[in-house]
Amino acid sequence: MLEIKNIDVYYGVIHALKDISLTVSQGEIVTLIGANGAGKTTTLRTISGLIKPANGRVDFNGERIKGTSAKDIVKKGLSHVPEGRRVFPEMTVFENLELGAYLRKDKKGIKDDLDRVYASFPILQKRSRQNAGTLSGGEQQMLAIGRALMSRPKLLLMDEPSMGLAPLLVKEIFSIIRQINEQGTTILLVEQNANMALSIAHRAYVIETGSIVLEGTGKELAQSEEIKKAYLGG
Amino acid sequence: MEQFLQQIINGLSLGSIYALIALGYTMVYGIIKLINFAHGDIYMIGAYVGFVCITYLSLGFVPALIIAMAVCALLGFIIEKIAYKPLRNATRIAALITAIGVSLFLEYSTMFVAKPDVRTYPAVLPDKSYTLFGGVRLSFKQICLFAVTIVLMILLQYIVRRTKMGKAMRAVSMDQDAAQLMGINVNSVISFTFAIGSALAGAAGILVGIYYNTINPLMGIIPGLKAFVAAVFGGIGIIPGALIGGFSIGIIETLVSGYGSSLYKDAVAFAILILILIVKPSGLLGKNTREKV
Repeated sequence: MLEIKNIDVYYGVIHALKDISLTVSQGEIVTLIGANGAGKTTTLRTISGLIKPANGRVDFNGERIKGTSAKDIVKKGLSHVPEGRRVFPEMTVFENLELGAYLRKDKKGIKDDLDRVYASFPILQKRSRQNAGTLSGGEQQMLAIGRALMSRPKLLLMDEPSMGLAPLLVKEIFSIIRQINEQGTTILLVEQNANMALSIAHRAYVIETGSIVLEGTGKELAQSEEIKKAYLGG
Repeated sequence: MEQFLQQIINGLSLGSIYALIALGYTMVYGIIKLINFAHGDIYMIGAYVGFVCITYLSLGFVPALIIAMAVCALLGFIIEKIAYKPLRNATRIAALITAIGVSLFLEYSTMFVAKPDVRTYPAVLPDKSYTLFGGVRLSFKQICLFAVTIVLMILLQYIVRRTKMGKAMRAVSMDQDAAQLMGINVNSVISFTFAIGSALAGAAGILVGIYYNTINPLMGIIPGLKAFVAAVFGGIGIIPGALIGGFSIGIIETLVSGYGSSLYKDAVAFAILILILIVKPSGLLGKNTREKV
């Protein structure tokens, strides 16, 4: 479904992504784990068109999307839950969700999806008239996910959905991710919480200073000695 | 008391003009963090377009107003495309200097085309006035000024709050990257913002021509700066702030001229700017930005 081949990204003179390749197939949860500053967020931002790579290919559903505008990429069915949630703080929860469906014109479908999001996250319905900036961190994360789902994506990119959340909430968010996947959305998940990420991922990549250094199934990596030492705390 | 009420009415008239100009400043700042110093000159162009419509094309007030707003919207759109868009990722100071360049360009091109002379605005509205309670006078022109301002503000509020484009504008002003991830085309939102802000300035231009009767190519400089003060006073980037700021500066200025001396009115406006920057730099309605992690 998504295929990245030999991507290089530079920030000025800094070589942020070095020859990155990865694939995500229909129906999978794939996770990209690595330390702070390894290039996880940059990889996602490159896929969703916020950063233009210097070279390489990004194919989504067989179409080349490198150089396509972020807007057209959303239109093709790729949605991105950014790092740090990035909800629109001075807009209501409802308006945030509405903006998630910005490119859609099918009123009926939007309404259905809104009901679906409210069903998955009842707290959002309760707070629908409240400004998003007044929500707690966990609620904001749910809103960010709900907002991304409002574009009815085929592939969902998620950047550190567990960041800054209490352990109990992290569990909840991960079970939501699994549910979204079971309902048919493919997921590319970036995480620092390697333990949790590997436990739900079908496949995983490990990124270190801009290069992919390891890949395998979630299980394999969770048991690899190297990974245990570097990312799982022993 | 009578004189005071009279000054308040005059202050509200002047304040409407400032508020209309300040809205454009604040909207553009809210979206691309640029102080568009050419904004006062767009207001001047609006006054000239209105002048041409009324004098040479013999149009009435309403068609002239609409044409002036449309021409200014187009002008704002073009200026953004030519002058500011190529600098989107440049330093803010580069864009600011460009804005000053655009400002001078508009002033002196107008001077070249329309001659530097002061022009007298034709009387397009009847010169009637009404005496209200206690001998306070309200002219027909003032009524029109208030009416146009109020209609435009309601319209703006409707666009920003209710339409899809308005929601996109608010989203872009809060978080440009996140807005892009929603599929919002940031470039067209910026163009639209410039067009709307410039149309409001154009309306202010023709209104000022009618209210004060004279226009000239450099008329945009001082009101432009004062509208900027008004925008900062209310909290730059915040739409209701521009309204409050505009009306406040207008009223303060007329009170200073009425009770003190009109020589001091400009000094007072800029003293206010200095005071706000010392006491509450984020403006009356501004909040200190904070981030939740």
